[in-house]
Amino acid sequence: MNPKYEAVIGIECHVELKTTTKMFCGCRNEFGGEPNTKTCPVCLGMPGALPVPNAKAIEQIVRTGLAFGAEIPAFSKFDRKNYFYPDMPKDYQISQYDMPLTIGGIVKYWLEDGTIKQCRLTRIHLEEDTGKSTHAGSGDGRIAGSSYSLLDFNRAGVPLMECVSEPELHSARDAVAYLESLRRTLLALEVSDVKMEEGSLRCDANVSVRPAGTTQLGTKSEIKNMNSFRSVERAIASEIERQVEILNSGGRVVQETRGWDELHGVTHSMRSKEEAHDYRYFPDPDLVPLAIARDDVERWKMGLPTLPCQRFERYTAEYGLSVNAAAQLIDNIALANYFDEVVARTENPQQSSNFVLGELSRLANETDVAVGDSKVTVEHLAELVALVQSKRINSKIAKELLVRMWDGGGSPNAIVEREGLAQTTDPSAVEHFVDEVLAANERVVADYKAGKTNVLGFLVGQVMKASRGKADPALANELVKKKLSS
Amino acid sequence: MNAAEIARDVSAGRVSAAEITAATLAQVQAVDGDVGAYLTVLGQIARSSAARVDERIAAGERLALAGVPIALKDNMCLEGSRTTCGSKILEHWIAPYTATAVARLLEAGAIPIGKANCDEFAMGSSCENSALGVTRNPYDLTRVPGGSSGGSAAAVAAGEAAIGLGSDTGGSIREPAAFCNLVGFKPTYGRVSRYGLIAFASSLDQIGPLARTVEDAALAYDIMAGYDPMDATSLDRPVERTADSLRADLSGLRVGIVREFDTKALGERSDALYREAYRDLERLGAELVEVSLPTADYGLATYYLIAPAECSSNLARFDGVRYGLRVEGADVRAMYDNTRAAGFGPEVKRRILIGTHALSSGYYDAYYVRAQKARTLIARDFERAFAQCDLIACPAASCPAFEFAAKSDPYSMYLMDYYTIPMSLAGLPALSVPCGWATPEGANLPLPIGLQLCAPLFGERLLLGAAAAYERATNHALAHPAQIGPVRA
Repeated sequence: MNPKYEAVIGIECHVELKTTTKMFCGCRNEFGGEPNTKTCPVCLGMPGALPVPNAKAIEQIVRTGLAFGAEIPAFSKFDRKNYFYPDMPKDYQISQYDMPLTIGGIVKYWLEDGTIKQCRLTRIHLEEDTGKSTHAGSGDGRIAGSSYSLLDFNRAGVPLMECVSEPELHSARDAVAYLESLRRTLLALEVSDVKMEEGSLRCDANVSVRPAGTTQLGTKSEIKNMNSFRSVERAIASEIERQVEILNSGGRVVQETRGWDELHGVTHSMRSKEEAHDYRYFPDPDLVPLAIARDDVERWKMGLPTLPCQRFERYTAEYGLSVNAAAQLIDNIALANYFDEVVARTENPQQSSNFVLGELSRLANETDVAVGDSKVTVEHLAELVALVQSKRINSKIAKELLVRMWDGGGSPNAIVEREGLAQTTDPSAVEHFVDEVLAANERVVADYKAGKTNVLGFLVGQVMKASRGKADPALANELVKKKLSS
Repeated sequence: MNAAEIARDVSAGRVSAAEITAATLAQVQAVDGDVGAYLTVLGQIARSSAARVDERIAAGERLALAGVPIALKDNMCLEGSRTTCGSKILEHWIAPYTATAVARLLEAGAIPIGKANCDEFAMGSSCENSALGVTRNPYDLTRVPGGSSGGSAAAVAAGEAAIGLGSDTGGSIREPAAFCNLVGFKPTYGRVSRYGLIAFASSLDQIGPLARTVEDAALAYDIMAGYDPMDATSLDRPVERTADSLRADLSGLRVGIVREFDTKALGERSDALYREAYRDLERLGAELVEVSLPTADYGLATYYLIAPAECSSNLARFDGVRYGLRVEGADVRAMYDNTRAAGFGPEVKRRILIGTHALSSGYYDAYYVRAQKARTLIARDFERAFAQCDLIACPAASCPAFEFAAKSDPYSMYLMDYYTIPMSLAGLPALSVPCGWATPEGANLPLPIGLQLCAPLFGERLLLGAAAAYERATNHALAHPAQIGPVRA
């Protein structure tokens, strides 16, 4: 990016909530299915049908707001956004205009180098999704040139969360990191599947540039049709570049809506500000104002799960895990919960993460059983970590034990006790094995003394073998060296 | 026969629902060519409903409306029946589900005889705005039955049903009741579910009965009223039964007479009738007190911003995409335009335009927001008035039934609802009860006049009780028979 300019980006996300039923009727809220099978008079906008709000959807939005530290006003309401579109059954969308369910809040996000940044939220509000149009006869699925359109209202009336950020992001990378954090948080809250490919997460970006060091916002364009995080990054980067070029050549950016063309890697104009709709918002007279009970808000607040960014800060700053390791855990919430419980018992995050992300994850992959569902309980893994930490067993034995625990369960303490697997740290006992090995390998000892010091590893390995793996490897190493040089 | 009598006789096995239904359908056959109350006669549905009611009675069930023939205003959904709203845009639409209020009446044993004509989308006060038929006033076939629930009113007045279901947005039950010598009752907003009532103005629409007696109106109301989980604006609070509240007198009640509603303006005869009606209330033991509704005069202006604003949005769905009329065009936009141009009548278009304008960016605050504020002031006026009285009495309409095409200027038609709109804006329960007869210049027959009574929110029991006492003491409804009326037993 040209250092003379600063980009300013705001992100608007539409997220389909994962409720059992739709926003204003009892139809199932599920992706896909035979067209128009998950519909009823209400979500089809039949004459005389009336909307009744889904309390669970309201709860999910408020919980999301609480997770980001947003203000939850005592009162909220639904408004109608009026415009004609064939896949919108009532030709108005029930949305929220000036009294959203949540106001403000902060989304913290991290970059690949571990830097933690934040972006404020303007608001989160609740609305209903539209149906889906399929245009036929145009070859490319676009409306232009199509001979007819098919409508599927299975999606119509699905609860949709609109989450609007302040224009506080300054690069395409930041924007994607923000989205990643938002996505992780919504997953942790279990309010949405957040799948861009299924359309349960859709986002638009407002992009403008201004001379570096100035504070007044430049003219923005709104970018649509971005279908993956990667296209978000490419589209924003391309749009910033386009605007910088315009400004550099003395031109002016026009306020407009632009569509991202994935194939050609450019944005193109969709409509200008002058063509913008007058949505004629007004309070929906079919719905009464919402009073959000403070007791509920308190209860929901208390019930919030550990949030991804809280974990990230703890894992990297407090536990010293790598950004990669932290992200791996965070992106598998069940695994992170398991890890947290192990750490709570061992206070040894490093060793715990080694087991959880290493051997346990490998076993989980191989057997297709989640770590949390395996026979290795958090208590037993905690015991294993303690055994290694106290050097009662070495890491090789630990690995073998873990495989056995995965297959058959059981307390590692008990197994170690029963089978005498405890590491031999008594120097005289280890010395005994060393003497045995040196005596049995005279030629190798001679080689060593002749300068072939690389046979040391072989000899230590023999000691370990002789001890059936129980000798403290460090001690074995030390004693072999000592004997050879004497 | 009245609804209460029919229900009693059918329940007691003195007559079957099938017999009542057959007689009613015969009356429809005989008179509806002249009256034009129905857009659709539900012969088959009526007969099968009656058979089921007779089975249930035989099985020992007790049904409050056993065999009572009812007329449904054609803006209410009944599964499998054509439901048109008096509009070309829904001329052939078959409802896929049944309105809650209708379902409750049917469950209680009522028999749906037909879908009654109305002003298109309930917008009008004479039924003349129906695009699908003309309905005549059974008391004078040269005159309108009132509206918008004119078909339901005419059906009951002509003996084509015992109870008519209407919807009242600004007076659409009370005014036709007054024109057709009936009791027309609009409950407190939210008392009767709107689910399945095709919306005109959602914050004002309320379903209610039109009947020949207060008792019948109370009977139907008791069945329909109450919370419906399908309507978020229906009130989740207990409903008091009204059918057992019908009073003998009005002792201990204070009845407010509205200072601003000067009946002199209604002409000598009407003025005299209303004064006599107030005196009758006094004779029944009520204390008359003067109350003031200083902002009521703004009712009409307020109403004609809020109702069109809501209708402009409510009627957007009639776009030719999913159901109803479709007139093809070069693209989807042209299809919308062609469909709506052909499908809606002039009054509906006028209100959609007014409402769209009132909600437009730049005008919203000046029109819609101010109208909502005025609405609050009007409601407060009533609150203050009800601190001094228990009920308010005033005219139900600005004049008796008028001749066809007499009110061709929209504003003169809007004025018909001058006395009923303020109560609608305040969400109050109000009814019209016959209070005498007038023979205006040019009329050959005496025409019924209605007295409007209005109670505080949820005052249905008091309201119907008082109306029953007045009805019993005066019996105005029985003074003159309809030109085409019920067959007298």
